[in-house]
Amino acid sequence: MSPNFRIAVRFLLSKKRSMLMSLAGIVLGVGLFIVAQANTTGFEKLFIKTVLGANGAVRVQDKFQETLTSIQIEQEDTGRQFEFGRASGRKYRPGVEHADKVIESLYQFSNVLAASKVLRGAIDVSNNFKAEPAQLFGIEKDMHMLVSDLEEQIVFGSMLDFQRNPRGALVGLALAERMMIEPGDSILFTVGDESHRVLVSGIYETGYRDIDRERIFIDINQARRILKRPHQTSYIQVSLFDVEKADDDRYLMESVVQHIVAPWQEREKVWLQVFQAVRISAMISLSSIIFISGLGMFSTLAIIIMEKTREIAILRSIGYTRRDVTHIFIWQGFIVTVVGILTGWLTGATLTLVASRLPIRIRGIFSTDSFVVDWSIWHYVIAGMIAFIFVMTASIIPSRRAAKLEPGDVIRGTSG
Amino acid sequence: MTQTDKKPVLECKGLHRYLGDPEQRVHVLKGVDLQLFRGNTYAIVGPSGCGKSTLLYTLGLLDRQNEGTILVDGIDVSKSNEDQRTRIRNEKIGFVFQFHFLLPEFTTTENIMIPMWKRGNRKTLTMERRAHMLLQSVGLGDKTERLANRLSGGEQQRVAVARALANDPPIVLADEPTGNLDVKNSNIVFELLYQLSKRNNQAVLIVTHNPDIARRCDYILKMRDGVFTASESAG
Ligand SMILES: Nc1ncnc2c1ncn2[C@@H]1O[C@H](COP(=O)(O)OP(=O)(O)OP(=O)(O)O)[C@@H](O)[C@H]1O
Ligand SMILES: [Mg+2]
Repeated sequence: MSPNFRIAVRFLLSKKRSMLMSLAGIVLGVGLFIVAQANTTGFEKLFIKTVLGANGAVRVQDKFQETLTSIQIEQEDTGRQFEFGRASGRKYRPGVEHADKVIESLYQFSNVLAASKVLRGAIDVSNNFKAEPAQLFGIEKDMHMLVSDLEEQIVFGSMLDFQRNPRGALVGLALAERMMIEPGDSILFTVGDESHRVLVSGIYETGYRDIDRERIFIDINQARRILKRPHQTSYIQVSLFDVEKADDDRYLMESVVQHIVAPWQEREKVWLQVFQAVRISAMISLSSIIFISGLGMFSTLAIIIMEKTREIAILRSIGYTRRDVTHIFIWQGFIVTVVGILTGWLTGATLTLVASRLPIRIRGIFSTDSFVVDWSIWHYVIAGMIAFIFVMTASIIPSRRAAKLEPGDVIRGTSG
Repeated sequence: MTQTDKKPVLECKGLHRYLGDPEQRVHVLKGVDLQLFRGNTYAIVGPSGCGKSTLLYTLGLLDRQNEGTILVDGIDVSKSNEDQRTRIRNEKIGFVFQFHFLLPEFTTTENIMIPMWKRGNRKTLTMERRAHMLLQSVGLGDKTERLANRLSGGEQQRVAVARALANDPPIVLADEPTGNLDVKNSNIVFELLYQLSKRNNQAVLIVTHNPDIARRCDYILKMRDGVFTASESAG
């Protein structure tokens, strides 16, 4: 143990109360920082999972064509004419054209896990009790399971029944509740003046209210028949191995498939920004607690140094250098910082664990019955770094001032 | 034994020191010459304000002279840098001041070990044994684990004497070491400094206002207005 460290520990212990105050500030700041990050990222990740599970990482929709305009230019000296072609805009046609070919090209991308066709159309759904407008989603029953979490989202009824029964349908929980639909019921789809009877195989819940209130899934061929849109595909839902790359893949995909490619990051931009804003504001407000503990540390050390001018003077006169004196006080800051960070981590982890068990029912943009937390080492690293930088900076300043003390002046001042 | 047949352990020549602001600075030391030899005890006496403490701090490398040279063990330290001067203080000079300057958070043993820790030339166990031995020699062998602020004033000053001897320095500088003590404790502390200097072959320089103590030193150096006016053998 270095002498400077030993002396630092004793000085520290002699000022227990104000040191504990600074320590408590760091622990609180670091701990709350971690829980806040664990919760905000937890909810954000659940939201992303919900979105990916419902709508896929990437959606390929709307065919486009680059339109060319040509400009004629006459060269002045030769009189020859040039023609420049220039992309002036895009023409869009709703829906996917040659869906199978598009899917084939999509599989050329190594990041593509699966791609599945979807046909979407508006219908009215009714039973003995009520009639409601709804959106019919024709899906490829097997493939769709690879591009969504529909299978896990069944809350009543059975997926197996849906898979086996060509006329089986899956109804969202919110819609089912409103219409008092139960698995096994038969419901009526009306498009124009035609009606089709289907059987409810199951009820699903994504937690995303807009989906659960209006989507009804049936086999894509049934949907084409009901909607009278044979061979059509509204969009292709794509799942990826690495969803984070969706945004990067999109431009190449667009140029290859000549359809609009909508990655989840873009589709859910608004909500994602809300989550980011909440996370950053939590980060700032909790960093300020740590900052205030830094100020506390600063004043505690400044007071210790003021009270210990005699001790500093004698240490200097018996052979401790200015650097030693600086180190003695920086050690104190360091010890408090490290103990504070470690205890803060422990507090953060405990609070996170407690939070994850708190019951809370949320539906709207995702579905959960308890606080959602995300365990990430980065929350700990960032909280630790912020505390370290703030508190150590606050410790270094008074410590350097302590070293400036002239032992002769202090000692002279104490004698008669 | 005469002073000239050996090398002085501490020597200064033509020492000048000015204090205060540049506009109204005070010429405190006006060309002090001094030689201290091992095994001897010196008293500096003189009226208040004549520059005794200033001389002691300058000789102890706590303050820098404006002019003149200081030699420690024959080596000129006048132009040494801060770190070198600090090391010389640690290894060659022991200080005793009017105030004890013990660190109240540490035990008596630890207070004596603090200069040893810095020097780092002994094993911890050896340091501890040496500290106990020093405490024994100042009569505090039974208070080795006592916190420094749980001692009487006289005891504290005795620990301070033991601390000054921690690294077995050839030079001990004491500025009114008995200034805060009653007659009994003054005698104890002085006797310690005197006896230990003989036993350890150290040069001890004591600034004192106590004529009784001055008389018991080997030499008395009389100071007036920044210079020595006389040096005489006492006793
Ligand atoms: N910081 C300073 N600025 C200006 N003058 C100073 C300063 N410190 C001390 N002095 C002056 O220097 C002179 C010598 O002071 P010093 O402390 O060495 O005296 P001393 O002989 O130790 O006195 P005493 O016996 O009272 O302790 C005094 O006249 C004092 O007023
Ligand atoms: Mg004095």
